[in-house]
Amino acid sequence: MREIVVISGKGGTGKTSLTGAFAHLAENKIICDLDVDAPDLHILLSPDMARTEDFYSGHEAVIDNSRCQMCGTCLDMCQFGAVQFDGARYFIENLRCEGCKVCVSFCPEEAIDFPERYCGQWFVSSTRFGTMVHARLFPGAENSGRLVTLLRNQAREKARQEGHDLILCDGAPGIGCPVISSLSGTNLAVIVTEPTLSGLHDLQRVAQLCSHFKIRVAVIINKFDLNSEQSREIEGYCREKGFSLVGNIPYDPQFTTAMVDKKVVTEVNTSHIAGKVSRIWDQILKLL
Amino acid sequence: MLISIASGKGGTGKTTVSASLTTVWDGPVTAVDLDVEEPNLHLFLNPWIASEDKVYLNVPEVDESLCTLCRECSSLCQFKAINVMGSAILTFPEMCHGCGGCMAICPEKAISWGRRELGTLSTGKSGFNDFLMGRLRVGEAMSPPLMRAVKERLVKNLDHRGGDAIIDAPPGVSCPAVCAVMDTDFILLVTEPTPFGLHDFKLALEAFVPFNKPVAAVINRSGLGDAGVERFCSEQGIPVLAHIPFDRDIAGAYSRGKVIAELSPELRSVFVQLARSIKEMGAGGRDA
Repeated sequence: MREIVVISGKGGTGKTSLTGAFAHLAENKIICDLDVDAPDLHILLSPDMARTEDFYSGHEAVIDNSRCQMCGTCLDMCQFGAVQFDGARYFIENLRCEGCKVCVSFCPEEAIDFPERYCGQWFVSSTRFGTMVHARLFPGAENSGRLVTLLRNQAREKARQEGHDLILCDGAPGIGCPVISSLSGTNLAVIVTEPTLSGLHDLQRVAQLCSHFKIRVAVIINKFDLNSEQSREIEGYCREKGFSLVGNIPYDPQFTTAMVDKKVVTEVNTSHIAGKVSRIWDQILKLL
Repeated sequence: MLISIASGKGGTGKTTVSASLTTVWDGPVTAVDLDVEEPNLHLFLNPWIASEDKVYLNVPEVDESLCTLCRECSSLCQFKAINVMGSAILTFPEMCHGCGGCMAICPEKAISWGRRELGTLSTGKSGFNDFLMGRLRVGEAMSPPLMRAVKERLVKNLDHRGGDAIIDAPPGVSCPAVCAVMDTDFILLVTEPTPFGLHDFKLALEAFVPFNKPVAAVINRSGLGDAGVERFCSEQGIPVLAHIPFDRDIAGAYSRGKVIAELSPELRSVFVQLARSIKEMGAGGRDA
């Protein structure tokens, strides 16, 4: 089984547009959207949801005011400022609660309940490019890392069931918990960057993260003609670090036009952009 | 007034707007980069960094000579950060949220605070304005504790010097983004007029509207894509305070780390007007 995760460090570099195009070009694969925080791939792929499951992760503390004796132990012990007192009662601000159970354990009246936290939903869907595993984390919910791990496992199981040997994932932005989860066990991280100061900065950080986890890196410079000097700098950085530069894509509003039509760029554009993207995909396959 | 610049999705121009607003802000302002996973604001504001402090999280350290392997700590810990294996007690600092439960519950008082490095907190000056930035250590998964440290420093700074703060928030709508906007007085959402932009904008609203603070939008790359975002804002009564035109020159200037409010008198006046609108809406109080 081979797994490719497309990441970007920074958002808005064209990661999802390219993943969508790769989903069109790849054969025998499962598609997976690991950007559970702000998933967008479904906009391009219009999935039919075949299976919907609730996602619970961790617990949250809830004070039962009928049992509370107002001793304030919970407020004193909470390290996250989640326990509040409004003059009449104690309550938990659930967005600050980390689910550590300290207040629950130390409440002398056992007045704090600890139900499971309902964090979102995940789906197995069919798309015109094949099966897709994706999710929706409720805004403000946490534990996206755990949801990412769940999706990866589902994608692997689906791939086995359908006899595919490739999992193509749209990864999360950033370098924190969701990206770390999306990289674990992957064969190749494809980093989409752009020739801007922040593009290079974020590329370096996310590439460092990949090295930290010993994951091979391939780089695509999107909108490379926006600033050729900066593009050369990124190319130099890739050479120095031994990352394969699998392609440069010129700035082209076709990506946006395709998105507005809910299509991927290789479906609607027969010009050089589609050709370029498909050559890049061939390069990526060679690295696997 | 604390103003958070958020986006739902990455790459919409949050940092561009934060930098430009800071530059044209009328009165003392502290620019804060709370996108600790991928801080970029410094690339535009070029601050002079006066101090750089490491930020730590308290994690347990066990004195094995006192530990009786009673497992009170490991059964309380919700994050599997402390565990008894055979006749040894092990801690996993990277998993620890720093709730302090293990230390409080240990009957032998065998646990004390050690620490793990979360990242750095930089303070400095950009022109006449104060500048604060958090930068997550690569490999560290949890950004909210570092963000809390930056916010504490901000509160101290504002108590001391007064003025407003413009906060560049992380993208997405999960814990880091929520942590960034929850204590601010005004939420400005930067979006772009595309289906991806609209989808993520809706998620951001869903996450942030419960805070019951004034929310407004800025449409970046106006003229690209479609009219979906504009229509949605007018249906929902979300004021669109500014349009930043889609323009290759702006994209090029951005790629070189330029503050776009300084590119032309027209762009400057867009941001001056934006700052004025924010002050007016913010002055209207929380029901505005």
